[in-house]
Amino acid sequence: MAKYNQHLLVCGGTGCRASQSDAIVESLNRALAERSLDGEVKVVMTGCFGFCEKGPIVKVLPDNTFYTQVTPADCDEIVAEHIYKGRKVNRLLYTNPENQEHVSDSKHMGFYRKQIRIALRNCGFIDPENIDEYIARDGYAALGKVLSSTPEQVVNDLIKSGLRGRGGGGFPTGLKWQITSKVKADQKYVVCNADEGDPGAFMDRSILEGDPHSVIEAMAINGFCTGASKGLIYIRAEYPLAIARLKVALSQAREYGLLGENILGSDFSFDIEMRYGAGAFVCGEETALIHSMEGHRGEPTFKPPFPSESGYLGKPTNVNNVETYANIPVIILKGPEWFASIGSEKSKGTKVFALAGKINNVGLIEVPMGTTLREVIYEIGGGIKDGKQFKAVQTGGPSGGCLTTKHLDTPIDYDNLIAAGSMMGSGGMIVMDEDDCMVAIAKFYLEFTVEESCGKCSPCRIGNKRLHEILTKITNGEGTMEDLDNLRNLGQVIKDTALCGLGQTSPNPVLSTLDNFWDEYVEHVTEKKCRAGVCKSMLRYVIEPDACVGCTACARNCPVNAISGERKKAHEINQDICIKCGACVEKCKFNAIFVR
Amino acid sequence: MTKIKSLADLRKIKEDLQEKIRLRENADQPEKLVQIKVGMATSGIASGAKEVMNFLIEELEKRNVEAVVTQTGDMGYCFAEPTIEVILPGQEPVVFGNVNVKKADEIIEKYIKNGELVDGIIPRNYETIDNK
Repeated sequence: MAKYNQHLLVCGGTGCRASQSDAIVESLNRALAERSLDGEVKVVMTGCFGFCEKGPIVKVLPDNTFYTQVTPADCDEIVAEHIYKGRKVNRLLYTNPENQEHVSDSKHMGFYRKQIRIALRNCGFIDPENIDEYIARDGYAALGKVLSSTPEQVVNDLIKSGLRGRGGGGFPTGLKWQITSKVKADQKYVVCNADEGDPGAFMDRSILEGDPHSVIEAMAINGFCTGASKGLIYIRAEYPLAIARLKVALSQAREYGLLGENILGSDFSFDIEMRYGAGAFVCGEETALIHSMEGHRGEPTFKPPFPSESGYLGKPTNVNNVETYANIPVIILKGPEWFASIGSEKSKGTKVFALAGKINNVGLIEVPMGTTLREVIYEIGGGIKDGKQFKAVQTGGPSGGCLTTKHLDTPIDYDNLIAAGSMMGSGGMIVMDEDDCMVAIAKFYLEFTVEESCGKCSPCRIGNKRLHEILTKITNGEGTMEDLDNLRNLGQVIKDTALCGLGQTSPNPVLSTLDNFWDEYVEHVTEKKCRAGVCKSMLRYVIEPDACVGCTACARNCPVNAISGERKKAHEINQDICIKCGACVEKCKFNAIFVR
Repeated sequence: MTKIKSLADLRKIKEDLQEKIRLRENADQPEKLVQIKVGMATSGIASGAKEVMNFLIEELEKRNVEAVVTQTGDMGYCFAEPTIEVILPGQEPVVFGNVNVKKADEIIEKYIKNGELVDGIIPRNYETIDNK
């Protein structure tokens, strides 16, 4: 085995690969070879570091130097300066936005300081395509430990740990396993739900890309505990990199005999197959997911019977989410007490969130349950982009709701988020600032559910469509106060009567914005005003006569000839003709045109 | 690849493989380990710093000392190259000058293992902002 003095870790997540991290690996290797350093320095492509905002990331070890926004052209300098001469390349270091100082060690960055990485423990640390590195990090040791124990013992430990499903529902994982294990059947299945569909969410993708073996190991443990000999991973076809890495991982695990017959010399045999989803959001719901895997339409069915009794091909099936699985090997190795000591009273452990929207540090984070929104948004997320005002954060995807400034100090856990009118969901967090119109946001999410509704039950199929129509009416400036009442009533009815989780939660974005941003809805209806300036039909473009010099630039560029006026005299916009395209504002050199 | 047939097998393989990523795991907690910085500017390299660095890395491992060895830029002691800075866990950094392989050996045996000071210490006349 060659002995390397230094390791260069390059992020190989989907985001950083899109910014040429493949070429970076190549350039680094070339630069090292030119200086005959290739025997001393090892370049490793890892999973996601989480700091996607500043990707691609290159981390130099052992001195923990964290280079951001690296391009293939920078590689030669990194090798020549840092690796060869020990001088850090300052211009590529992260700059602390507060004091403009360079931060070289990632441990000192605000983004990482508050995080505890359990599910993401190996992301950005090991090469996901190399099972040896996973084993070196205690990989498959949990499976080994479990195989010399009894299923009851393991399930009890899991119950004691307090782990709850990370896919959104928050059902106690140990309990789910217990139920499946007690059902008698000749064949059982365990399923990994990797059908991550929330807009802006990429937690599961990053885990599968960065640490696929942790999920495979946990599924095998799940199989042992529930008496299943077969595992299935249902993954969206839109995740090609995750699929490719899973395939590599599966074949490596088989080669080592960690999947297959008589694993580690025991009586337990287990293998995993992959199933691809075609990208229907509803297939993240477990009954719909099972139907889709069976080759039927991805439509949900009524529960009970729960999949634990009658699931895939009518057999008992245990479905867990990717992140839930990723937690399990660590819980088994470190013990349920350790896990239960992290987090809040009813929500144990950590949660991975995908931070997106108008936030400085877009990326993937993992924090203990009970961390407040303020800590996540301001300390880890680095606050709102361009110094704007925080307005709301949307959690839980299209099924969740919007939380506002008054919720900033709420500790994030399953129960608190529900009490605040949103939900944990799978962990998408989209931050909005003063330039976002909450009515338009509610409409955006509803558009998504209308599109994704499978159409099986009428509350979801028809109800959401009507909700969307009312919202469109309001954003067009034609809403009435009665519409607002209808929104609330209809939303409540859909919530109470829809068949599956998708329908039952689809009105949440509307209901939570109604609760938290009532004034904004009323403004849209009574004053025909959109304070964020998003709802175009309510905007009025007006020329300020004192500032207008009559240069005619606006009139010449107006595509519908709505602007009139004589040369060198103030112009005017005809509101009846104006289509609110904003071309005049862009052309005016005197800032004489205002949007009201 | 051969199949792993038992938990004991797995543990053994893990022990072997862990070497490969020990460097990464140590980098996560350098403050708990012996940290050594080798001055690797032009003058350092010309005086044999590279050889000293390789020696340190290899020997520390052979002698079972958990350490993080990194290179750094010119420390400013061009009259006494190669220079190395050694930080024992929880202690102030100590800089040694004119470190050749023989000296490095003495530093490992006496200072790193037993905390005995050896000749060649250069009084530290700077503060670092490296670890902020």
